[in-house]
Amino acid sequence: MHKGTGMKRFSWFAWLWFMIGAVYFIIPLWGTFVFSLQKQRGVLSFAAYQSAFADPNFWESFLFSNLMALLTIMASLLLIVPTAYWVRLRLPRLRPVVEFITLLPFVIPPIVLVFGFLKSYSQPFTLFGIPLFPSLTSNTLLTNFLLVMGYTVLALPYMYRAVDNGLRAMDVATLTEAAQSLGAGWGTILWRVIMPNLRSALLSGALLTFAIVVGELAIATFLARPAFGPYLALLGNHRAYEPAALAIVSFGLTWLAMGLINLVTRGTQAESIVTGAH
Amino acid sequence: MAATVTASPGAAPPRRINWAWLGVLPFFIFAILFIFIPSASLFIDSFRTPAGGFTLEHIAGLTRPPIPQSYWLSIRISAVTALGGGLLGFLLAYALTMGNLPHWLRPVTLTFAGVASNFAGVPLAFAFISTLGRTGFITVILRDMFGVNIYDAGFNLYSFAGLSLTYMYFQFPLMLLIMVPAIEGLKREWREAAENLGASAGQYWWRIGLPILLPSLLGTMLLLFGNAFGAYATAYALTGGQLDLITIEIGAQMRGDVLRNPNLGYAMALGMVAIMAICILGYTLLQRLSERWLK
Repeated sequence: MHKGTGMKRFSWFAWLWFMIGAVYFIIPLWGTFVFSLQKQRGVLSFAAYQSAFADPNFWESFLFSNLMALLTIMASLLLIVPTAYWVRLRLPRLRPVVEFITLLPFVIPPIVLVFGFLKSYSQPFTLFGIPLFPSLTSNTLLTNFLLVMGYTVLALPYMYRAVDNGLRAMDVATLTEAAQSLGAGWGTILWRVIMPNLRSALLSGALLTFAIVVGELAIATFLARPAFGPYLALLGNHRAYEPAALAIVSFGLTWLAMGLINLVTRGTQAESIVTGAH
Repeated sequence: MAATVTASPGAAPPRRINWAWLGVLPFFIFAILFIFIPSASLFIDSFRTPAGGFTLEHIAGLTRPPIPQSYWLSIRISAVTALGGGLLGFLLAYALTMGNLPHWLRPVTLTFAGVASNFAGVPLAFAFISTLGRTGFITVILRDMFGVNIYDAGFNLYSFAGLSLTYMYFQFPLMLLIMVPAIEGLKREWREAAENLGASAGQYWWRIGLPILLPSLLGTMLLLFGNAFGAYATAYALTGGQLDLITIEIGAQMRGDVLRNPNLGYAMALGMVAIMAICILGYTLLQRLSERWLK
């Protein structure tokens, strides 16, 4: 590191801004934590946590959202890994198009996306008067499918970047040729050669998807699914301490996801970690 | 008699059809079904009369209250938090990279920033309510120990200022995450060359460092702007829909309890997408510009 004369002089300046940043980070967390312990008057206790966890609706919605997150991750992988691989190997000219599409979810906020979903798919879908598929909000299974597709759209930029970064780090063409010369088909190549080499990229993409999807509010609310986000929002309307407790739990889970990402990528993908659905 | 099995060498080879594009078909079907059709349907119906004809009436309807006010509120809150978050994030990134702080602070702060920039939505709103709400932790401490009632003094968490403060919690960590690599991209030689020519640290920053970082700085602030502009969950959970942001307004429209004109709702969504597109386009272009120097 450079140690010019001008640098030492500004050390107090650096400390000042660091402290301001640290206070901004920590005070709301500390405040929320202490607040969450005050459910019983006069003593600090974990009563709010006990009460929050005792609610069967909490577990139901939390499990539901985790299941949706898992399905989203599976759908994203099925969709993105073969596409990114194939674009790198055979269709490099399509690259800008595919990259452009993966950026679109940044342009279309979740609230607009779900608006479009409801408009396009709450009635049977027809093309030139020919009915193609029924209303996707007509039964639970189809609505859940629409929810997972919505989440897959939200996760698209992060997943694609994670997978593409992973593919860049390996020699896709050589690996493919080697596998082919040993008699492997496309399925075997993807599953046994490409996927294992993408392990850390896929894991970090999956964890980020998790952080985005569990707790998502807009899409789940307007598709009327019993997800964790809407449950939390409702809880905030009629309780004081339980929401604080669950905010701390959520923060812990986000921390866990980010910590694991750092662990599996050893910090090499810090730049791909940008914001989910706020 | 010898059968002529092989084709004569002069004949044209059978036409090869390139089937490679089939490999990306599922992706394009997905994109068409779940990105293009939903957005295009909003786009088309923003310009359509109930009978099916073309009209600009819905777009013109965007100028009637309360819609411009909602856009304006969203724009103001996004601008304030992009500038505030951008400035704080940049100064923090500067402190971490150039400020001679202990080395171990860096990974800790960056991990924290990664978490904070993803800690948003309903839980973030709860955290600020628990801290700065009417009975929040800090509110009560200030009132009981220092005799200051911030709510009597005019502060209100469920207002413009409160929401800005809350949004900043995910804004400045994002700025920090993007600016740290950018500042590190500044080559040491540039600084040494400047110092050898007699430049002070201030001159170096003003004449070299900042101009090189400027596209990245502005681009990231545009990203922050879009980040706040599209936010729904945090605002909804914090204010219960009391603050008329454009996202809240669209949500209300979907619940069907305000304007009684669905096409106007589509036009509102279209306006949002247009503003978001400008932000993301600007960010992409500025980021490309900054890569000329920083890489």
